[in-house]
Amino acid sequence: MTIGLTHYLVVTAILFTLGVAGIILNRKNIIVILMSVELILLAVTINLVAFSNALGDLTGQAFALFVLTVAAAETAIGLAILVAYYRNRGTIAVEDINILKG
Amino acid sequence: MAVAFFYLFSTIIIASAFMVIVARNPVHSVLFLILAFVNGAGLFLLAGAEFLAMILIIVYVGAVAVLFLFVVMMLDVDFAELKQGFQKYLPVGAAVGIVVLAELGFVALGWQSAPSAHDAAAAPIVAGITNTAALGRVLYTKYFVFFQASALVLLTAMIGAIVLTLRHRPSIKRQNIAEQNARTRQNVIDIKKVPSRAGI
Repeated sequence: MTIGLTHYLVVTAILFTLGVAGIILNRKNIIVILMSVELILLAVTINLVAFSNALGDLTGQAFALFVLTVAAAETAIGLAILVAYYRNRGTIAVEDINILKG
Repeated sequence: MAVAFFYLFSTIIIASAFMVIVARNPVHSVLFLILAFVNGAGLFLLAGAEFLAMILIIVYVGAVAVLFLFVVMMLDVDFAELKQGFQKYLPVGAAVGIVVLAELGFVALGWQSAPSAHDAAAAPIVAGITNTAALGRVLYTKYFVFFQASALVLLTAMIGAIVLTLRHRPSIKRQNIAEQNARTRQNVIDIKKVPSRAGI
């Protein structure tokens, strides 16, 4: 028995679902929401690499690299916004972020 | 052997992802996220992407996860209070999770590859060179514009993170080099004639 593309697809489907469920379950805790987004992006990246391996095409790995780049930038900006918000408000409860509501 | 390792990595990655979203303490969540990234790197190795596996360890475990850990420990937040809505959102979260998993499961188990997919490969994997060299050949030629664009994304993120978190507190004394260089004997030394036995 060998590891096929379908094995990877099932694992990443479960990983993606856990990420989506994590966003909904931890509505108040923005740090865990950011971690759930990281899980979703990890699932996407594993999918790209698995397809790259299955099709014999390096494009998947190149784009997995770009996805990792964007994920790293998103995390840095997200955490910077979080730190700035905490300095101003003294809390990180995301339910209270509605000051900008017009 | 590879099959056993695949199931090992897959089991640990799913278990640790589950623990990331249900752990009470966010520090534990970050540590489980690191475990998930390490096992994701293992899956990359099994799929033949050695360079990306090393990048995942160095960049994600070494930088991003440590950044998460740093922020979680730096912010003094009552995490028990943030965990309040977990029970309330559990039915909605479980329902959405089941729907998404069902949809993805239908796709993952019912898809078919087009017969011409192998011939349509934009950058076929060349035998005889290492994965890093092959990736570099593709990245610096065919996808050079995307490579530059991702560099621009990182530059923007770096500038944005610095601008958002840098603050000047007036109570802190800092060195002002221009002011130091502008000092002359005339405007900093004041010669006073002190009368004897009187003081100033």
